[in-house]
Amino acid sequence: MSLQPIKFYQTGTFTVGNRLLAPEERSVQANMQRTNSLNSGHRACQGCGEALGARYAIDAAMNATNRQLIAANATGCLEVFSTPYPETSWQIPWIHSLFGNTAAVATGMAAALKVKGRSEVRVVAQGGDGGTTDIGFGCLSGMFERNDDVLYICYDNGGYMNTGVQRSSATPPAARTATTMAVGDAPGNVFGQGKFVPAIAMAHEIPYVATATVADLRDLEYKVTKAMGMHGARYIQILVPCPLGWGTPSSDTIRMARLAKETGVFPVFEAENGEVTAVLKIRKRLPVEEYLKPQKRYAHLFGKQPRVDTIASIQALADKNIRKYKLLEEGI
Amino acid sequence: MDKPFAITLKPGSSLANHTGSWRTMRPVYVDRLPPCNATCPAGENIQGWLLHAESGDYEKAWRSLVQNNPLPAIMGRACYHPCEGACNRTRLDEAVGINSVERFLGDEAIKHGWKFDAPAKASGKRVLVIGAGPAGLTAAYHLQRLGHQAVIYEAAEHAGGMMRYGIPKYRLPRDIIDAEVQRILDLGVELRLNTKVANLAEAMKEGFDAAFLGVGAHIAKRAYIPAGDADKVLDAVSVLRGMEGESAPLLGRRVVVYGGGNTAIDVARTAKRLGAEESIIVYRRTREKMPAHDFEVEDALKEGVSIKWLSTITEAGLSETGGDIMVEKMALDANGFPQPTGEYERIEADSLVLALGQDTDLSLLDNVPGLVTANGIVQVDASMMTGYPGVFAGGDMAGNDRTVTVAVGHGKKAARAIDAWLRNEQHEPDPKHELATFERLNTWYYSDAPKTVRPVLDIIRRQSTFEEVLGGLDEGNALFEARRCLSCGNCFECDNCYGVCPDNAVIKLGPGQRFQFNYDYCKGCGMCATECPCGAIAVVAEDI
Ligand SMILES: Cc1cc2nc3c(=O)[nH]c(=O)nc-3n(C[C@H](O)[C@H](O)[C@H](O)COP(=O)(O)OP(=O)(O)OC[C@H]3O[C@@H](n4cnc5c(N)ncnc54)[C@H](O)[C@@H]3O)c2cc1C
Ligand SMILES: Cc1ncc(C[n+]2csc(CCOP(=O)(O)OP(=O)(O)O)c2C)c(N)n1
Ligand code: SF4
Ligand code: SF4
Ligand code: SF4
Ligand code: SF4
Ligand SMILES: [Mg+2]
Repeated sequence: MSLQPIKFYQTGTFTVGNRLLAPEERSVQANMQRTNSLNSGHRACQGCGEALGARYAIDAAMNATNRQLIAANATGCLEVFSTPYPETSWQIPWIHSLFGNTAAVATGMAAALKVKGRSEVRVVAQGGDGGTTDIGFGCLSGMFERNDDVLYICYDNGGYMNTGVQRSSATPPAARTATTMAVGDAPGNVFGQGKFVPAIAMAHEIPYVATATVADLRDLEYKVTKAMGMHGARYIQILVPCPLGWGTPSSDTIRMARLAKETGVFPVFEAENGEVTAVLKIRKRLPVEEYLKPQKRYAHLFGKQPRVDTIASIQALADKNIRKYKLLEEGI
Repeated sequence: MDKPFAITLKPGSSLANHTGSWRTMRPVYVDRLPPCNATCPAGENIQGWLLHAESGDYEKAWRSLVQNNPLPAIMGRACYHPCEGACNRTRLDEAVGINSVERFLGDEAIKHGWKFDAPAKASGKRVLVIGAGPAGLTAAYHLQRLGHQAVIYEAAEHAGGMMRYGIPKYRLPRDIIDAEVQRILDLGVELRLNTKVANLAEAMKEGFDAAFLGVGAHIAKRAYIPAGDADKVLDAVSVLRGMEGESAPLLGRRVVVYGGGNTAIDVARTAKRLGAEESIIVYRRTREKMPAHDFEVEDALKEGVSIKWLSTITEAGLSETGGDIMVEKMALDANGFPQPTGEYERIEADSLVLALGQDTDLSLLDNVPGLVTANGIVQVDASMMTGYPGVFAGGDMAGNDRTVTVAVGHGKKAARAIDAWLRNEQHEPDPKHELATFERLNTWYYSDAPKTVRPVLDIIRRQSTFEEVLGGLDEGNALFEARRCLSCGNCFECDNCYGVCPDNAVIKLGPGQRFQFNYDYCKGCGMCATECPCGAIAVVAEDI
């Protein structure tokens, strides 16, 4: 992929910064003057992946646009924990839309800026997976279809976390939520339902679609920066583990995202005009158990009688991703 | 303030909300002890000097290294590098080539003529150092830097001890010893060569406030072997010492070496270089049991030395003209001890060299009250002081772990203790940090990188010459090698904690300044600790 790997400096491209690199080669997050778009004092849970992912993404977007950025934000954790009136953690111009209309609000802002001739000011829309893949999907598809000049960022934590962990169409199969309980013959969320919006976004043949995780900061920043260098409708879905909804220790949020990528459960790639152009390869392939086992939402798979059948089905989905997106180096 | 329509409150920042109050666990920055440092007998801060080498500041790296060890170029050649055996990187691919970077730094210092920092203000105290081996030289170096006048009395014609009169020059070129000794003398250390101390008590009367003994172990141990022609039976120390004289010792075409330590290997390899067609080591036990390091055995075998395992010599000097010997085969008993089998073999030989270890000549210590020896070893306390107050000892004479590096470590420890003793104080070493074990690391973040192997001198050349066998690293691969270090347990400013905190609760203080937690906002999630590659963040419970 065109993300340039850094030559051997002890930690290569993997750490946030590196004292041995020239400043311009370091990540935005390594910068002492980073925007901290989402500042301290917010009320996200300990170790919240969404809070982290939002700062990563919006700081990168701020950096890429010379800090000329406005964000529209759907209802959801990100909005609730950041902005309990009259306080806010946002250090950028920011507007709270409804739960389901963020894409439309952003479209409106982009149109207004165009009318005013403010071409230097750019627009981002952001929301959770519920706000994006379910209730906001109509507005989003419209924004794609019209190719409006907005970067839409979806923070995917696999459920309606803010209202108490209900299922969304991005909740993975077998996961337990408040509405897909771990009871009955096929406990947890059903197989064969839900949708993978990055693929649907690609079907709209918009200029840019990408996925990312909070475990690969460099990749994430590269994608946001690249997206802000383009015009038209762009979409990035970032996997942001949620300690509360997933039942994982707050210290392991990044680890969980890394495992999702290394097992093939979450494919990390980018696509232009509907075609995949690059993927982030798996570095050390792992079986899906490594990813599932630490999460309480999958605890029912690892009881006295482990549900090997269900685990095998999840493994099959991961294998399919690996095949489809060519996540392994040739020959591995 | 005028508020817009329908607005009742002034806008506020979430900074008013101190989320630090949620915390039940608290992250703290720590320095943990890297296993390499913990293992280095000279007590080097390896991770510390590698950190400077990683950024290409070799002089700073060297200055950091010589805080503990004044002989890096020698170390980089002679040390058996137990640090590398302990290196955490072994669990990823291969150990960091600590020893080769050390040698590179030592050689850079010689090349550029770097000098030690000037000593502290003179204390007016004089300390007698007996012996200019690594123990004595190191003690003198540290004493001088601490402001005391060190005076070395050395029996031999040149300084260096066993480094010069034992270790063959194909492993340790003499100009290297000269350069590192001279740099110590340039600090103001006084060296009196050809000055053997026969009586410590007498020597002390020449106005010394304390003494450090580092006389080594130079008397070859003998084994009783019936021999017709005793002239053909030599000992290893004399042979190797003879290599430093005018004419090389005459060993003949077929040389047998008796023993299984590194000295036996050195003599056998030296014999080869002196032109022996056959150089045979005879050793009682098996290869696994051999005290010599495996890599040295390997080198010797490659150079054409042969080894007879499980064999003892029962008779020597059998032939008219030479030193033919009789060897008896041994077999290991159930407890792993070699037992005679009654099977004999005669080996043609022109000479037999015994390499059975050395004892210390302790005659200069006769009549020193309170001084205790056991099995020929001078007994010292934790501060290296002998039973006689003010007299300290180290190196080969004070222990059974006999290496240059141990001697350097003893010299340093003793010098610090002497410094305290001269001020009527007790030297308290700093408390040791908790070990930075492999489990403490998050190795995801390190890129894969194999070890740079030092070029090995062409095998043919090395059989007949005394040129140095192991080559050095050049600037490019020394930098690469240094950067393979994982910086175990010590922050190397990767910015991970600063980046991964979802609450911006890590303050970056700038290059070389490390980081600080902002406990007003830190919620104690522990992510920074999980994602710190080198294990430099601990998580402790809050008192609630
Ligand atoms: C053949 C051989 C190879 C070795 N190879 C290695 C190696 O590769 N790596 C390693 O780490 N170690 C090696 N060793 C061991 C290492 O050389 C010693 O452990 C180390 O030199 C001991 O240092 P020291 O200062 O205690 O004594 P020494 O180095 O023995 O120095 C003692 C000095 O004291 C002087 N002296 C003695 N008595 C008096 C007196 N009465 N008055 C004044 N001066 C006196 C001696 O002349 C000598 O210079 C080797 C040893 C031998 C024999
Ligand atoms: C129209 C409407 N329906 C329901 C809600 C209640 N609600 C607020 S946030 C939320 C869930 C948000 O889920 P998601 O978008 O995935 O964001 P997350 O909280 O998981 O980050 C819901 C259902 C609402 N605010 N508006
Ligand atoms: S519920 Fe999940 S997404 Fe919401 S603040 Fe907590 S950790 Fe973040
Ligand atoms: S990786 Fe570096 S700090 Fe860690 S043990 Fe090896 S040399 Fe020492
Ligand atoms: S990541 Fe931030 S909030 Fe979490 S423990 Fe570390 S400093 Fe505190
Ligand atoms: S994460 Fe990196 S910067 Fe932070 S303490 Fe560890 S090594 Fe230092
Ligand atoms: Mg969600």
